[in-house]
Amino acid sequence: MATLSQFDVITLRRDFPILHQEVHGKPLAFLDSAASSQKPRRVIEALEDYYRRYNANVHRGVYRLSEDATFAYERARGKLARLINAPSQREVIFVRNTTEAINLVAYSWGSANIRAGDRILLTMMEHHSNIVPWQLLAQRTGAELVYLPFDGQGRLVLDDLDRLLDERVKLVAFTHQSNVFGTINPVEPIVARARAVGARVLLDAAQSVPHMPVDVQALGIDFLAFSGHKMCGPTGVGVLWGRRELLNAMPPFLGGGSMIDLVELDHSTFAAVPARFEAGTPAIGEAIALGEAADYLREVGLAAIHHHEQELTAYALERLAEVPGLTVYGPPAGPDRGGAVSFSLEGVHPHDVAAILDQEGVAVRAGHHCTQPLHRVLGVPATTRASFYLYNLPEEIDRLAAALRKARQIFA
Amino acid sequence: MDDIYREQILEHARHPRNYGHLPAPTVVREERNPLCGDQIRLELAIADDVITDVRFTGRGCAISQASASLLTEAIKGKPVAEAKQFSKDDLLDIIGIPLAHNPTRLKCALLSLKALKAGLYGVGQEDEEI
Repeated sequence: MATLSQFDVITLRRDFPILHQEVHGKPLAFLDSAASSQKPRRVIEALEDYYRRYNANVHRGVYRLSEDATFAYERARGKLARLINAPSQREVIFVRNTTEAINLVAYSWGSANIRAGDRILLTMMEHHSNIVPWQLLAQRTGAELVYLPFDGQGRLVLDDLDRLLDERVKLVAFTHQSNVFGTINPVEPIVARARAVGARVLLDAAQSVPHMPVDVQALGIDFLAFSGHKMCGPTGVGVLWGRRELLNAMPPFLGGGSMIDLVELDHSTFAAVPARFEAGTPAIGEAIALGEAADYLREVGLAAIHHHEQELTAYALERLAEVPGLTVYGPPAGPDRGGAVSFSLEGVHPHDVAAILDQEGVAVRAGHHCTQPLHRVLGVPATTRASFYLYNLPEEIDRLAAALRKARQIFA
Repeated sequence: MDDIYREQILEHARHPRNYGHLPAPTVVREERNPLCGDQIRLELAIADDVITDVRFTGRGCAISQASASLLTEAIKGKPVAEAKQFSKDDLLDIIGIPLAHNPTRLKCALLSLKALKAGLYGVGQEDEEI
């Protein structure tokens, strides 16, 4: 059994009501936080508190409830800015999720800056949400997509940047942490190379902001996208961060209420950032609860969470290596290995693996994890993935390993 | 679990019946489940409105492959009109495992039936209709 230093998981787990239940008569082992994390009580209470005490629209009413809601919504924006060390909370735009954040950049920044013949550099390990918006942009503009490959251990082949990254590339968009391999990609060298050719950089941080300290100023990137529901927050709210000068120069994405300055019959002028990109009534209570989640993560400590997950991942890689017929994808344990572990079990389809694990109370994800191009390179249609978060225990990994052995026996 | 992975399912998954290709199929229909990547290709030989032979190929979980295997056995030699009437409940009866309240696995189990219906009617069928 691994021992975890300086991190009291048992106490932390009390913050998460959902974890204390049985599934098919077994205690729940929730190993699918990369898909969506569980929520601590105070996040759930923040959401409830908004709806019970001060539900009203923001930026509109002159009455008390609306003022309270507006104050809490804008305070949440500040909490998210602090979480990622944004220079200003005006650079934090509330969107629905990572997908919407990337689409916002692709439509708004992309339409204004991408022309026929330009290139957008992605990687072969991207989630569909960081591929399809760029494909749509490329179709609209005549731009071209190029892909940085990964090696046999699920690491980006940085040497290929020489070949792929030239003056034609206007944007480099890549994932901070692979949702399949768990690889934590090296941001600094890619940013440096992008800067050298004048390309902008968008970082898909859906799998990193929840799990490690992320500092947009230190990383030197231009855009950061992440989802609330993977970081102990509610669904329906996420964040796009962008450099102020870029956001200020970008045309609107969605048109409607809140995002305007003056509306005439034939044209309008638009509000300043961030309101320009928040058309319509936002997910107010969800954004407020996401602010609470950001505070919670900061109080537990993202460095401590990261350390805990690194220990769990190392332990999982060790235990899974002992399971006969199991192939694990991604890098070995180490500083660039995050807590998402995908694998194949010989002779058992991932769906069947996940179904058998479910009967043991172990919740994992089976499928292509929204990364079909990556799985095509691996040569498998689907994999099974276990992913870890601050509330997971080494005992749960023991149960995962035991259930995998059982799956192998059933299909032997 | 032991409910779902009964011996019949495991046996058909390991040794699917009518697996492979027909030399000159009358109807070929491929269906996939975009959620999990399961895939079934169904080939039918039809003569005088009777399904004289059937083959399938595919990849996916044990439930989807075993279900396709069981379906091919059920429709081989049947009139087309009868195969068209073959229902979701008929297939679930043959499969014989409790899936009615497991919508995700139900999609796995019914993928081959979707291919059959789409092949015979020549159009895509919504899940609800099969």
